[in-house]
Amino acid sequence: MSFLEYAPAPESTALLHLREHYGLFIDGRFVEGRGTPFATISPATQQHIATIDTASAEDIDDAIAAARRAFEHTWSSMRGSDRGKYLYRIARLVQERARELAVAESLDNGKPIKESRDVDVPLVAAWFFYYAGWADKLDYAGLGANPRALGVAGQVIPWNFPLLMLAWKIAPALAAGNTVVIKPAETTSLTALLFAEILQQAELPPGVVNIVTGAGETGAALLGHPGIDKIAFTGSTAVGRAIAKQAAGTGKKLTLELGGKAANIVFDDAPIDQAIEGIVNGIFFNQGHVCCAGSRLLVQESIHDEVVERLKARLSTLRMGDPLDKNTDIGAINSRAQLDRITALAQVGEEEGAQRWSAECEIPESGFWYAPTIFTNVSTSDRIAREEIFGPVLSVLSFRTPAEAIAKANNTPYGLSAGIWSDKGSRILAVADKLRAGVIWANTFNRFDPASPFGGYKESGYGREGGRQGLAAYLDAAGSAPRHDYAAVARALAAGPADAPTTETSAAPRQPAAKTAGRKNTGGKK
Amino acid sequence: MNTASPGHALAFPERAVTVLGGEPDEKTLRRYLHGIPGVDAVGLEQRAAGLGTRSIKTTSKAWALDRIIALIDLTTLEGADTPGKVRSLVSKALRPDASDPTTPRVAAVCVYGDMVPHAVRALGAAHGDPDDGLVSVAAVATAFPSGRASLAIKLADTAEAVADGADEIDMVIDRGAFLAGRYSEVFDQIAQVKQACRKPDGSFASLKVILETGELNTYDNVRRASWLSILAGGDFIKTSTGKVSPAATLPVTLLMLEVVRDWHRLTGEKIGVKPAGGIRTSKDAIKYLVTVAETVGEEWLQPHLFRFGASSLLNDVLLQRQKVRTGHYSGADYVTID
Repeated sequence: MSFLEYAPAPESTALLHLREHYGLFIDGRFVEGRGTPFATISPATQQHIATIDTASAEDIDDAIAAARRAFEHTWSSMRGSDRGKYLYRIARLVQERARELAVAESLDNGKPIKESRDVDVPLVAAWFFYYAGWADKLDYAGLGANPRALGVAGQVIPWNFPLLMLAWKIAPALAAGNTVVIKPAETTSLTALLFAEILQQAELPPGVVNIVTGAGETGAALLGHPGIDKIAFTGSTAVGRAIAKQAAGTGKKLTLELGGKAANIVFDDAPIDQAIEGIVNGIFFNQGHVCCAGSRLLVQESIHDEVVERLKARLSTLRMGDPLDKNTDIGAINSRAQLDRITALAQVGEEEGAQRWSAECEIPESGFWYAPTIFTNVSTSDRIAREEIFGPVLSVLSFRTPAEAIAKANNTPYGLSAGIWSDKGSRILAVADKLRAGVIWANTFNRFDPASPFGGYKESGYGREGGRQGLAAYLDAAGSAPRHDYAAVARALAAGPADAPTTETSAAPRQPAAKTAGRKNTGGKK
Repeated sequence: MNTASPGHALAFPERAVTVLGGEPDEKTLRRYLHGIPGVDAVGLEQRAAGLGTRSIKTTSKAWALDRIIALIDLTTLEGADTPGKVRSLVSKALRPDASDPTTPRVAAVCVYGDMVPHAVRALGAAHGDPDDGLVSVAAVATAFPSGRASLAIKLADTAEAVADGADEIDMVIDRGAFLAGRYSEVFDQIAQVKQACRKPDGSFASLKVILETGELNTYDNVRRASWLSILAGGDFIKTSTGKVSPAATLPVTLLMLEVVRDWHRLTGEKIGVKPAGGIRTSKDAIKYLVTVAETVGEEWLQPHLFRFGASSLLNDVLLQRQKVRTGHYSGADYVTID
């Protein structure tokens, strides 16, 4: 018997009490959606988990109206310290139900339980704890005394870190006094709906957080809705671009956290064993479904072969399989669509002449899987070195001088994150200074902390999440004009899309919502 | 320096000359040891913590518990040790669990040099190679644990233990010399102790070099001391004497295993690793097995390549083993004190 074939150690699903059918969470209650329901499956087994309602345009109206009521009547006038109490309560409930949330996340998303248990869920709690502390200290958010909440935030989040992205969006919005309508990704709505139960447990006032489920159209309807004051989106650059176009001229405040093609730069004096771990963690963490993943490895030429050899040896020890097994390192790809995209791009890589190497893994029969793969002999012009693959695929390039490393690292339309590996502190600082990326990790990768702002340059989006900067995305300085005239929106809605007023009603620059009243369904697709 | 006997697997110090590309003098050693890539402490500890989260259940756990026992150097290193205490230790080494004859024997008993004859006598026919199901005798030597004695005394200490029948010598390095940067002095001492390990038949007692990582303080030092000890002819590198805190930790052991892995990649030779001191529970010991298997490979989980230096660990493993066998926990009174 081989010791390394560890006996199965699956986390039990017995503590999950899932319903067969989930509705929408609007105004503090679960209600039936009026759209066509959809099924959510486990990507590891393709087994059905639950049926989930789709929010129709009317449901979105209801959710936004509930959020508006909650904003005007309770949440915005509540003392900051009291808002903080609710956030602390949510954080503690997340901790109490941590195991259940981790199991649900791994089941629905396909990520290994050790990641959902040790990374995702603890960070979710940390995010709520952190912003709970801010709720009564908004005067110090950097916007002067008495900053004002924006109103209703419409938020759309991706499938790679379902619950964590929800926390990144909801915690600062609520701390700042906004109310929220959030749409989780259609393949990973489950934990958001469990989170709705937590909100009920926490007795959060109805309407402060509303959760609407559905696909890209639902998201477009939400973000295109005139009744929201703030758009926060995390997802692909293509959809982000469509959202920015749609929001232009509406006065909605916008935060976009989009794609990335991060460079992970390894100098020849790097702590080599830790650098190998960092490279692995950079691109194979969460099956590479990470917008800030270190998908371009830039290695100094003098150690290129050694790094590649060590990397292959290390990848051969990764364990792929059942996401619920506590010893699994690499879980399932989230969906068939994503698997197809990864497969297609890797195919292009081979056609372009890069050398492919995949770890030998036993691929389970059902479900969506992709073995950890590295490409060597990659040129900067290859598609696998330019485009975001969003999967466990690493492109290895080499460089000779720090200047070349910086030039190659910055030579991308993206600018979300980067990594530097060197034992020399002065070099780390000098290189970091010249990298155009929102987050730069030195001798580590993919580390997150609620106190640290996160966001991108260029096509990776704009706005920052986390830290004090993340709070500013949900606040206006005192004295600025009100962002929204809700009465005008209500009139526009009552008039129906066909008669939606266009330019003539919006004399005041701060009443832009009416302009887009009739354009609810024109967002991008996921 | 003397040359090794022909045909010995670990030809020293030729291996040093080959790897260093020159005589192992002060300058060459310094250049080599300071040219080794650094260690990032945060990353190393993170990796060790990650390995520590492996969940070893059912059949894997049963295998691991038996293997831990077979890898133990059952140790008594007290000033108050007596021949009677050593006999009792040997008896426990041979039959760890009186209630279950299927329990494997430990790999070796580890005692002070003057106790070696007593251990050899008590073992009798059961004295020998753990690969043959027998139990070896390991002796700490070279003015253990401080190492503060002249080289002549250290060599005499070693030679006497070997002459009395010790199969393995656990020596300490001169941490004072190492920390002062006198690498060739440390190298020479190890190389000469290795010579003192030569038995009358020309074979060598296995040499475990104790780095005393708790006194070396930084991971960079541990890595350099590991390379130095291997270059100088050590068959095993061992973390600690058990007399200094911190003794063995998972990150330090991981780091030493990485050196052993790199040495194997470089030369094809397999060097052993022995964490000692502070490993008291089965749960901790299993983390070490995982770390060995995932760093250097499963083949290292054998008595000639990996040992636990421990005394109280054995009883905890026996309790866990009884639990696996019977399905319920017993208690401290169902294993013997030694």
